[in-house]
Amino acid sequence: MLSTWFTNVQWDVLLEATNETLYMSAISVVITFFLGLALGLALFLTSPGNLWGNKFLNSVIAIIVNVFRSIPFIILIILLIPFTRLIVGTMLGAEAALPALIVGAAPFYARMVEIALREINKGVIEAAKSMGATNAQIIFKVLIPESTPALVSGITVTAIALVSYTAMAGVVGAGGLGNLAYMEGYQRDNADVTLISTALILVIVFVIQWIGDRITTALDKR
Amino acid sequence: MINLQAVRKVFQTKDGEVKAVDTVDLNIKQGEIYGIIGYSGAGKSTLIRILNMLERPTSGTVTIGGKNMSELSSKKLREARQEISMIFQHFNLLWSRTVRENIAFPLEIAGYPKAKIKQRVDELIDLVGLEGRGGSYPSQLSGGQKQRVGIARALANEPKVLLCDEATSALDPKTTDSILDLLVEINQKLDLTIVLITHEMHVIRKICHRVAVMEQGRVVEEGDVLNVFKNPTEPITKDFVKQVTEPEETVDTIKQFISEFPEGRIVQLTFIGGRAGQPLITELIRKYEVDVNILQGKITQTQNGPYGTLFIQIKGTESALARAMEFLNSVQVEVEVIHNA
Ligand SMILES: Nc1ncnc2c1ncn2[C@@H]1O[C@H](COP(=O)(O)OP(=O)(O)O)[C@@H](O)[C@H]1O
Ligand SMILES: [Mg+2]
Repeated sequence: MLSTWFTNVQWDVLLEATNETLYMSAISVVITFFLGLALGLALFLTSPGNLWGNKFLNSVIAIIVNVFRSIPFIILIILLIPFTRLIVGTMLGAEAALPALIVGAAPFYARMVEIALREINKGVIEAAKSMGATNAQIIFKVLIPESTPALVSGITVTAIALVSYTAMAGVVGAGGLGNLAYMEGYQRDNADVTLISTALILVIVFVIQWIGDRITTALDKR
Repeated sequence: MINLQAVRKVFQTKDGEVKAVDTVDLNIKQGEIYGIIGYSGAGKSTLIRILNMLERPTSGTVTIGGKNMSELSSKKLREARQEISMIFQHFNLLWSRTVRENIAFPLEIAGYPKAKIKQRVDELIDLVGLEGRGGSYPSQLSGGQKQRVGIARALANEPKVLLCDEATSALDPKTTDSILDLLVEINQKLDLTIVLITHEMHVIRKICHRVAVMEQGRVVEEGDVLNVFKNPTEPITKDFVKQVTEPEETVDTIKQFISEFPEGRIVQLTFIGGRAGQPLITELIRKYEVDVNILQGKITQTQNGPYGTLFIQIKGTESALARAMEFLNSVQVEVEVIHNA
């Protein structure tokens, strides 16, 4: 039945494109999570009056984060072409999209991490200090656990942004559903291909949101 | 145990310097419950935070258990902090951890093995009366229970000193009393030195052995709780003492009474340590053939005995009255005749 409605859709190609989108999103979400967490922690910890309070370092990190967060993604891809060639070796395929995806999303997530950490009750950090905790213990036993719901909801939002970034990266040659919609759908005038690619992207986004919300609620004991 | 010499803390703010703690000298003995009272902004929190170096003094020395706190390396300071615990007005529990896990937290920091942690947490849960609540999250507990978790957590590393920053100020009067009772219990059981700050004289009266009164960063009066109650010299101290002894309306009530029933003698008895009111009045009636009306009064228990005032009317023959007064003057109460018909 599907094949009578979506006459131009090649199902094996669609499946492959979906896999590519999932692959790009998954890898970039994982790396963005760790990189963004590290950057967000650095932003928070170097802010005045904090564990590693250092105005200079804080401004440097803040500037880097703000600059990369502000560059439109499509331009970031172009700017990163030489860098991507250098480390991936090509500008085609899913791997080639990863550097731009991560460089674009990590600063975005870093800000959310910073906001999450700021929400932590200062008194709790103080209590840990008064017990003789080291800075590492404060980070891993207080800061991260006490901000998990916000960290998870932040990575959910970031993951959804990444899915849409992969679609954009697709247009530049990275494959995936965005590439399919553009190349096979738009350029060849196959509206059904565009439609079904969009639908699949929506499904992916909804699933991510649903999982993210469930985890956030389960973790929040406040 | 704890010695402060000329401790000062000056904050630089946009509006200039704030002298939060101004040349404070204190000497706190091993095993005592030492109270610091003052109104909001007096510098109490800053002072108590200087004890464990959460706040560094601008000048002066802090010695705890023979260690000069401001000269410790950061590693030595962390070790010292494991012996100086703290509890807080807003409890500062980790919401992401259960009661058990919160109590285990300082033990994890100190690097205890899992089995030892479990055993110690069990002991502590019993000690603070939280049996059966180990698996709850802080959000599922009442304020009093949260502070019990705070206390258990503070005691986990077997500290020598417990610092309490307004530990009962967020609690209702009944819960406050139960937490104060717990503090006295652990003070006696564990021979723990407790330093507590508060703005409520009730707290000082109920559990402290000695008290310092703080105003604008300075300690303006200091001494044994009963002595301070007996002879408050500073106006601020007198205000605080009034909080727990005289209800506001006392003077009016007594005046009113005298104008209506100007018979016998109206006497104010002040109990400071020594005998409590009840047996004294009984003896007075039995032995001296006088009638006694208790007009008003409030006698409270402190760590060093009863404290409070009692206004009574004594009626009888002139000679009976004289003998009754003689008796009152001979026992350990202060007697002041307010009215003599
Ligand atoms: N970190 C700080 N920076 C600037 N001023 C402070 C700081 N902490 C406390 N103060 C000031 O020091 C004074 C004493 O504060 P605090 O010790 O909190 O008093 P208390 O606990 O008796 O209410 C207040 O005037 C307060 O504004
Ligand atoms: Mg305070």
